[in-house]
Amino acid sequence: MTRPLGRVAAAFVIARRDYTATVLSRTFLFFLLGPLFPILIGGLFAGIGARVAAEQEQPRVAVVASAQDFARLAHARTELDEIPGTARFPQLMAAAGNQPAEALLTGKKPVVAVLADPFGSPQLTGALAPNDALVGQVKLMIARASSAQAPLPSVTVERVAVTSGATEAGRAVTARAGQALLFFLTLLLSGMLLSQFIEEKSNKVIEVLAAAVPVETVFLGKLFAMLTVSLTGILVWSSTGLAAVALLAPPGALHALPAPAVGWPFFAFLGCAYFAMSYLLMGAAFLGIGAQAGSAREVQTLSMPVTMAQVALFALANAAISEPYSPTGIAAALFPLSSPFSMIGRAALEPAILPHLAALAWQGLWVALILKLAAAWFRRSVLSASGGRGRRRWWQRRPAKT
Amino acid sequence: MLQQTVTGAPAVEAHDLVKSFADKLAVDGVSLSVPTGSIFGLLGPNGAGKTTTLRMLLGIIDPDSGTRSLLGRSRPLEAANEVGYLPEERGLYPAMHAREAIAFMGALRGLPLAEGRRRATVLLEERGLSEWANKPIRTLSKGMAQTVQLLGTLVHSPRLIVLDEPFSGLDAINQEKLEALIRAEAAAGATIIFSTHVIAHAERLCERIAIIAGGKVAFAGAVDAARDRLRPTVRLKTREEDGPWRAALPPGARWTGREWRFELPPEGPEPLLRGLLEHDAGIETLSIERPGLHEAFVAIAGAAAAEAMGQGVPA
Repeated sequence: MTRPLGRVAAAFVIARRDYTATVLSRTFLFFLLGPLFPILIGGLFAGIGARVAAEQEQPRVAVVASAQDFARLAHARTELDEIPGTARFPQLMAAAGNQPAEALLTGKKPVVAVLADPFGSPQLTGALAPNDALVGQVKLMIARASSAQAPLPSVTVERVAVTSGATEAGRAVTARAGQALLFFLTLLLSGMLLSQFIEEKSNKVIEVLAAAVPVETVFLGKLFAMLTVSLTGILVWSSTGLAAVALLAPPGALHALPAPAVGWPFFAFLGCAYFAMSYLLMGAAFLGIGAQAGSAREVQTLSMPVTMAQVALFALANAAISEPYSPTGIAAALFPLSSPFSMIGRAALEPAILPHLAALAWQGLWVALILKLAAAWFRRSVLSASGGRGRRRWWQRRPAKT
Repeated sequence: MLQQTVTGAPAVEAHDLVKSFADKLAVDGVSLSVPTGSIFGLLGPNGAGKTTTLRMLLGIIDPDSGTRSLLGRSRPLEAANEVGYLPEERGLYPAMHAREAIAFMGALRGLPLAEGRRRATVLLEERGLSEWANKPIRTLSKGMAQTVQLLGTLVHSPRLIVLDEPFSGLDAINQEKLEALIRAEAAAGATIIFSTHVIAHAERLCERIAIIAGGKVAFAGAVDAARDRLRPTVRLKTREEDGPWRAALPPGARWTGREWRFELPPEGPEPLLRGLLEHDAGIETLSIERPGLHEAFVAIAGAAAAEAMGQGVPA
């Protein structure tokens, strides 16, 4: 008589086998070298994305002026913005005349600068760099609004340390960086789960496993094995990356990324938690889909649409950064497969912690649900077939008639 | 045939199990009862529904309808730690070492890994395979790999051992060894169910059998009961092929060219013998033979099933 074996213990037995079989194989070395290529591509895409985002997310300038002066300035801005080949001009926001610049800069509606008295003695207050392009754009708008031939006016610039707009823009960069990292790690690593059952099915081990433990436990063991394999890889890559930065990067480079709203330590914790959730969610779905495949070729065929689906989820979460409370933003946070991407973005933008705990619980619930469904699908369509050959899926070829 | 010690409640029970795959009815109302401590044979040709029945009994798949009980549990996987299963299609991880594979299969059924490794070492040693203990499965011969899987099935000392076509692919010597192993496990108190399409194995090992054909149980019960379904055969050799004594033979008697062969009449041998002697039949030899399981199988499952099993039909 053997001791009672719980599902977790059984999952551990399977996970342990899968983990050692993967990590102790020679191919794991290639796995560790794999991220070099996606990192290069990811960096390229992130750069393009940030540039596009910077173009779309125009800075906003509060204008303290009469309604008539604001209208003139806004008209000039529109005209200048329509000139092809020029950089996009900042959005203008009318501000009440009696509001101090500090209140506007740290207000709820994020602005990067406040322009006061544009047609008298213009003064621009904000977190502006010494040669900030915004100053030149403001001068052009004033000149255009004054008359077509007017010389560029002199604008007094008062620099302040930080504004809500600058903070938000900085955090948006962190949010996008966090999302991009999470996406590429998930993209890179969760795809492995598509082929997890090929070995068991081709070696007929699946029947030995299914006779000993519930199929859900087999799925759970495989999922956690590959999560652990992935975390092993991430540990190696992050250690190598940090060592490389410490050795090669100029001093202060690590502080270049603006601090997220929840602070770095909690952001790092959430990054790990959301990666695990993203991996488990995607992995559970991929495990279920891949388990239906009868051969490595079918897995390869399935991997492309699966990758595209991941890109679509990332795009959804990325679009939500600009407007987290829009219908798209809420949908991205609620839809389980895009939720981790969306929520890591929110962690960079907003300091609230409770939504993350709720999101993690929500995502965990979906991991369990997807695993359950995937296992039930597997039992019904693959195991419930004579001789273990499995029912033909719609994408599979019909067997030859004999 | 081995005489087993059969005790207590049935180790396995099934009532009206039904299972369909797409448009094919694979198992159609199978009912079984396997006494604890017995060796039970599931006989039938390929495609009869033996494997599907075993998979349902073990909980690998669920029946469309019907109930099952394994070691007293209605959810078979709850008893998994006390069950050993050797599937028809053998499955091992090729890169795994032999000892580790045995320990892994034990660990799946609750045996601690360290204990599994210890037992695996002993089991491999007993079968002269100790030098292969730390070799990957892919380097083993097919026979050795089958032995490793069988040892993995037994390493946790299960109370119930289910073997699906365990003799297929084995040479005569290994078949004998496996028969001895099955007897030893039964003697140690385990209940054993095995499926086979080779009647001789069932005849040598089993006390009880179920004959499955076309997804239905054609017979379930003791081997003796199956054999008793047929009348004993009388083989009679006389000096002459024919004579007045012919009247003493039953109507179904047939001349094979060398002897007369017919079923023993229900009245028994005495009236027959009397008739033959009275008419001076010149008896050279007369034997009354109890039918074997093979003949019983043909009578129960039909000649077509026997042909499908590659057993032929007795002359």
